[in-house]
Amino acid sequence: MTFSPKLEEKFAKMLQAYPEGRKRSAVVPMLIYAQDEVGAVTPELIDEVARRCEVPPLQVDEVVGYYSMLHRKPMGKYHVQVCTNISCLLVGGMELYEHASKKLGIGHKQVTSDGQFSLEEVECMGACSWAPAVEINYDFYHHITPEKLDQLIDGLRKAH
Amino acid sequence: MAELVNLTINGQAIQAEKGALLIEVARQNGMEIPAFCYYEGLTLQAACRMCLVEVEKTPKLQVGCTLPVADGMVVHTESETVRAARKGTLEFLLTNHPLDCPVCDKGGECELQDMVFRYGAGESRFTERKVHVDEQQWSPVVFFDAPRCILCYRCVRVCNEGMGVGALGVSNRGVISEIVPNHHDYLECDECGACIDICPVGALTSGSYRYQTRPWEMNHVGTICTHCGDGCRTTLGVRDDHIIRGNNRDHSGINGEFLCVKGRYAFDFVEHAERLQSPMVRNPHGEFEPTSWSKAFTAIAEAFTAAHARGGKFGVIGSNHTTNEENYFLQKFAREGFGTKNIDHHRTGDLATFFDALSGRNDALATAGDLYTAKAVLVVGADLAQQHPFLSYQARANVRHHNAHIYAVTTGPVREDNQAVASIRVPAGGELDGVESLRDKLKAEGDLVIVFGDSIQGDGVRKLVAFGDSLGIPVKYVCLVDYSNSRGAFDMGLIPRDGGMSVQQMLAAKDLDVLWVVGANPLKNAALASSNAFVIVQDLFMTETAKHAHIVLPAASAYEKNGTVTNVCGEVQKLKQAVKVMGTKTDLEIMGSIAKEMKLNLGIWLPDKVFAEIRKNVHGYDVPLPVVDTGGAAPTMPLNGRVAALPGVVQSAGDTLFTSGSMSRYSKILNAVIESPGALYGGKGR
Repeated sequence: MTFSPKLEEKFAKMLQAYPEGRKRSAVVPMLIYAQDEVGAVTPELIDEVARRCEVPPLQVDEVVGYYSMLHRKPMGKYHVQVCTNISCLLVGGMELYEHASKKLGIGHKQVTSDGQFSLEEVECMGACSWAPAVEINYDFYHHITPEKLDQLIDGLRKAH
Repeated sequence: MAELVNLTINGQAIQAEKGALLIEVARQNGMEIPAFCYYEGLTLQAACRMCLVEVEKTPKLQVGCTLPVADGMVVHTESETVRAARKGTLEFLLTNHPLDCPVCDKGGECELQDMVFRYGAGESRFTERKVHVDEQQWSPVVFFDAPRCILCYRCVRVCNEGMGVGALGVSNRGVISEIVPNHHDYLECDECGACIDICPVGALTSGSYRYQTRPWEMNHVGTICTHCGDGCRTTLGVRDDHIIRGNNRDHSGINGEFLCVKGRYAFDFVEHAERLQSPMVRNPHGEFEPTSWSKAFTAIAEAFTAAHARGGKFGVIGSNHTTNEENYFLQKFAREGFGTKNIDHHRTGDLATFFDALSGRNDALATAGDLYTAKAVLVVGADLAQQHPFLSYQARANVRHHNAHIYAVTTGPVREDNQAVASIRVPAGGELDGVESLRDKLKAEGDLVIVFGDSIQGDGVRKLVAFGDSLGIPVKYVCLVDYSNSRGAFDMGLIPRDGGMSVQQMLAAKDLDVLWVVGANPLKNAALASSNAFVIVQDLFMTETAKHAHIVLPAASAYEKNGTVTNVCGEVQKLKQAVKVMGTKTDLEIMGSIAKEMKLNLGIWLPDKVFAEIRKNVHGYDVPLPVVDTGGAAPTMPLNGRVAALPGVVQSAGDTLFTSGSMSRYSKILNAVIESPGALYGGKGR
């Protein structure tokens, strides 16, 4: 399995960044960058990362199971992540999540039939001061209300 | 000497090595700090919170398994606070743990059960539903019941570190964390079952033992595994004359708790439906029919006596699996009773040249323990993990605990490569060149154990020993032989010395009058040239050789007899009878009865009496009786003095982890696991 030249370059640099014999340190960053390019953490990707980091595939599999930001199946083009941890919860995070679920017609870690949107109820993303917070792909949106979320989603739909 | 510190545990003043772990120091001084995840010899996990202790002047409870002792430390391991904390930990562990102790295999020997009894968390404040996951079968021998798992990671670590396989991992996190096998729903591994034995609860259960019995309903018989030559002690769980399980949880024997799939599971050949349970004699039509022991003995004695009287040619082939006593008695029978030198067994390592090369020395034989303590281990022409799993385990543990250096010189990839400081691939026959290329590195080692397989023979053995001598460091050797008593068979004299015929010569001799085969299968891939030979076979099964016999006698296996065996490193250990299979007799009793019928006086045929004779007569076997009698392993000395070269072929059977000659064909479990795919074993290492 090979990646784009740009990613390959990144990985080559990454493997140099750790001390001798500690290639396994690169497992998490490699997975997250590769997931963006491949679209999901496929079994082939697990084997490839294991090979490059010189660990048994099972150890990479353990990491994928542990971190909720790593997905075994492709998520939507726009991955909507709503925080429902305590700070967000207190100011309507749960209602926001339920609203998003109703609007998109999908539940936790599900993808719309057109593949455009996916939804995830996530743990704290460190945006408590601006709660309730939503993250779409890698972009943060603060002080979100159901109305603002509608606008956001509609805007993304139009952009498509 | 390491720096010592003074500390107090439960009011007792204690001196301990600086940096030692509190849990170990407490144990060494007779105070138990309970723990699930901590396991001696494995890496620290600190996952279970059971070993919490109170350390004065420290605000919070400390984790005893990762806490190094320090000077002036005052520790309480059973204070009220500690007991309350442990009770709380247990309550958490029981949130999802089912209370199915009445049907759980582990009931009665469960560490969680013991702790709940001790600290009491019988009542739970949790009202939530318990998470349930269905039981899974991962292999013919490993079953997993996820809800019972307390996530101590012992299985993951023993597989990864102890076995060097790494077939288990943990998936997901939090309350849905689960142990997973390397192929999602099945295991590809050694099938050794170490994970099952090390499990403190009943999460991992054994295919052969599950739902069969209770630990307190069995007798536990410590004996020596009858498969490969490593001489592991296996404690057989016996109920109503059936062996139900094998393990070594009491750490007795040279192997500690280590066992491979054969030691733990491959006892089932004992009860195979095809076990011979009556002597068989050929009727006038040439077909086998059952006969009585007395008729069989009479017929054999008559034939032996007649052949001896007319000066007939005898051939005697002994076994790699029978006891020292039986082997000694057999060669005595041949030499004194028949006056023949034609006695041999399937030789799987060139012990003759090896002992000759080491003639006059008594410090050159490595014990199994030496592989764990030596600074360096050199493996030449052998796939240890496949053929000598315990020696391989020792070397791995040596690397983990003592940073030993492993060197491998083999024709193909072996598991030792993963830890070796140098792995050299050589063409077959090029092993000694490979060894030579390591000279400078080996010279720099403190001491060395050289382990070599059957690819090193004759002059090769002499060259290897000369190489070891030239390094200028202490060197010990292990000459690998295949089976549970291959070494003993050689030592007891089942060898064609002084001009006797080898196995191959006996089979090829057209004028052979009598062929007596005790627990061997020489005709598996060979023909018997003499058409007039009277063939007697003692065996467990109707082997290819037994099918050629005139009379077949049903023998008892090693699990059905007392006696001693000598392992690959030359350590003598005692067998203990676990069961009796109806209709069989031990080979010693069979031979004794034939001798009596022939009116030969070969001495009393009781194992202890014969062993006393061995201690007196066999060089190097004057081992301390208390060691052997109490279940220890007594190292023998190599046969001092010169050993003449022997005729015949020396060849290892090339067994893998899942085979052990004819016997493994009759083990259902071994046959079941062979079907598991094994990319790990794709390359034949030898």
